[in-house]
Amino acid sequence: MLAQVIAGGLSAGSIYALVALALVITYKTTEVPNFAQGEMAMVSAFVAYILMTDYQTGFFVAFSVALVFAFVLGIGFEAVILRRVRNPTHLSVLVVTLGFQLALFGLAGWKWGAEQRQFPFPVSANEVIRVGDVSVSTLGVATILISVVLMVGVFAFFRFTKLGVAMQATQQDSMAARINGVPTRRVVGLTFGISSVIGAVAALLMAPVITLDTTLMWDPLLKGFAAAVLGGLNTPVGAVLGGYLLGLVENLFGAYISVEFKSAVAFLMIILVLCFRPSGLFGRHRTRKV
Amino acid sequence: MRSTPDYYSDVQLFRGRRSWVKLAVLLAVLAILPLILPGYRIFTFNYMAIFVIVGLGMNILVGDTGQVSLGHAGFLAIGAFTTVLMMTEVGAPFLLALPVGGLVTALFGFLLGLPALRLQGPYLAIVTLGFGLAVTQIIGHWELFGGHMGLVVPTATLGPISLSGDVSKYYLIVGTALVLALCARNLSVTRVGRAFRAIRDSEIAAATMGVNVAYYKTLSFALSAAFTGTGGGLLAITTGFISPGDFHFLLSLMFLAMVVFGGLGSIPGAVLGSIAMGYLNLEMDAFEELPLLGPVLESFSDGFMSSAGLPNVGWVVTGLLIVLTILIEPKGLHGLWIRLGKIVGRGGMDTDAATGALAGAGASSSSPGSASAGPGGPPAGGN
Repeated sequence: MLAQVIAGGLSAGSIYALVALALVITYKTTEVPNFAQGEMAMVSAFVAYILMTDYQTGFFVAFSVALVFAFVLGIGFEAVILRRVRNPTHLSVLVVTLGFQLALFGLAGWKWGAEQRQFPFPVSANEVIRVGDVSVSTLGVATILISVVLMVGVFAFFRFTKLGVAMQATQQDSMAARINGVPTRRVVGLTFGISSVIGAVAALLMAPVITLDTTLMWDPLLKGFAAAVLGGLNTPVGAVLGGYLLGLVENLFGAYISVEFKSAVAFLMIILVLCFRPSGLFGRHRTRKV
Repeated sequence: MRSTPDYYSDVQLFRGRRSWVKLAVLLAVLAILPLILPGYRIFTFNYMAIFVIVGLGMNILVGDTGQVSLGHAGFLAIGAFTTVLMMTEVGAPFLLALPVGGLVTALFGFLLGLPALRLQGPYLAIVTLGFGLAVTQIIGHWELFGGHMGLVVPTATLGPISLSGDVSKYYLIVGTALVLALCARNLSVTRVGRAFRAIRDSEIAAATMGVNVAYYKTLSFALSAAFTGTGGGLLAITTGFISPGDFHFLLSLMFLAMVVFGGLGSIPGAVLGSIAMGYLNLEMDAFEELPLLGPVLESFSDGFMSSAGLPNVGWVVTGLLIVLTILIEPKGLHGLWIRLGKIVGRGGMDTDAATGALAGAGASSSSPGSASAGPGGPPAGGN
C-alpha cells in the first residue's frame, strides 16, 4: 500500500517538478513569475493533438513540432510582451503574465471549446507494470523516466555548455554578465524558450493522464508553483525536490487522511513552510538593500 | 491651478461646492435610472455595482497598499455564503446578515494578511491564489454549504420592504456601493490610507517613519476582504443562487484586472474599471447579441474558431486589456485621464458629468501615486 502510494506520488511529482523547474529558470533570470507558463504548455499540447488527429502525423513529428512551437512561443512572449513592460515592478510583470495567460486561455477556449479530448500517446495510462505488489501504469513509468532524463539534461546544460554558463551568469548578475560580453537579452529570450519547452513536455505527459482540454495545465501549474515556492523560487534543484515532495505528501495525504481535500493540502503546506522559511525550504534568503 | 492644499483641506471628504454639486447630480442620475431603464438592464446595473464594491476593496489592497491578491473570489464566496447561512440557519434579518458576512470575511482577510507579513511578490501571489482555491474546495465539500450543488438564497427583507424585485435591490446595492465609495475615499486620504501608501512605496521607509507595518498590512487585507465580503452578500441576493463554482479562479483574475485597467490607486479608476469588467463578465454568455459587433464575432467564430467557444472572447478581451494596460499606460484609465487633462487643459474635466462627479466624490485625484503628476494632474473640483 505504502509503496504503491509512493509510486503514484513520484509520478505526479515528476510533472510538478518539471513545471516547477520551468518556472524557476525564468524566475531566477528575470524575477518574473510566469503565470502564463501553463497556458503556453496547454496550447503546445493542442498543437501536437491537432497534428496527430487532423493531419495524421506520427507521435515523433507531432511532439517535435509542438516543442518547437513551445520554444518559439516562449521567445515570442518575452520579446513581444515582457521586454516591453515599462519600469517593471514585481506587480506589473506578474500582472502582465496573468493577462497573457487569460488571453491564451480565452483564445484556446474560443478555438477548441470546453470539449474533453482523448490525447493519443505511445504508451498507455491503463497498461500496468507490476513490480512486487506495486503496480504502475506504463505511462507513469514513462513520465518518471522522461522527466528525470530531461531534468538531468537541463542541469547538465547549465553546468557544461557555454550557453548554459552564460545563462547562469545572467541569472546571478545580469549587469556583470553583460559587461563580460554575454548577450543578456538573447540569453533571457532563450531562457524563456527553454522554460516553455520544459513546460510543454509536462503538458504532453499530463494530457494522456487526464483528457486534453483548455484547463489541462491549471492544476499542474498551481502545484508546480507551490512546489517551486516550497523548494525556493531561486533554486532549481530545490524546486525540483519541492515538486517530488509535494507529489508524495499529496498522495500520502490522499491515501491516509482525506481524498476530498487532497488538492488543498498543497497550499496548506506552502503556507506552513513559508511562515517559517519565507524563501522556501532550500532557498537562500536574499536581503534587499534599501 | 489650485494652491497646494494643506492637511485639513486634503482630508476633507468634499472639497468645495462643486464636488457637492457633482455628487448631487450623480445621486439624481442614479436615483432616476431604474425608472427609465428596461427591467433586465437593472440587473446589469446591480451586478456592475457589486463589482464596483469589490473593485474598491481590491483597490485598497492592490492599489493603495501594493499587495497582490489572486484570491479575492474566495473572499466573495465567504461573504456570500456567510450572509446566506446567517439568513437560513440563524434566521437573522438581511440587514444583520450582510454586515456579519462582511465581518467574517474581514476576519479571514486578517488571517490571510498574516502570512503576507513575511511574503512578497510571487510568494504572496501563490498563497493568495491557493487561499482562493482552498475556499471553494472546502465549501464544495461541506454539506452545510450545500456542497457542489450550492444554496438557494431566500428572499431578503429590509424591515417591511421585501427585496424581491430588481429595482428594490438596485437602491440597496447602488446605495451601498456609494457609501462604500465614500468610505474608501475617506480612508484613502486620511491617516490609514497614507500609511497604506507609505508601505506600498517602501516598507522599510514606512517602518522608519513610525508606521506599524504589521498592523496596517493586516488591516489592509481585512478592509479589502470586508468590502469584497459585503459584495458577496449582495451578489447572493442578486443572483438568488450561489454555488462554489461561481467563485472560480478566473473571477479573481478579473477582479485584479479591474483595478489594473482602472488605474491602481485611483478610486474613480477602480470604479470605472469595475463597471467595465462587470459588464464584460455579464455579457460573456451572449456576445452574439451585441449590437454591430455580435454578428461579426459570430461569423468569425464560425469561420476560424468555434461558435461554442464564443464566450471565451471575454477572457481574451480581459487578458488583452491587462497586457495592453501594463504595456501602454501602466496607470490605466486614471493615467489616460491625466494625459487627457494635460492635453485638454482644465476644460477636459467638465465634459463628463457622471465620471466627474465620481471623481469629485471619489478621489479628487489625491492619491500620492498620481499626485506626483503634480498640480497638473486631474484637476479637482475647483476651490
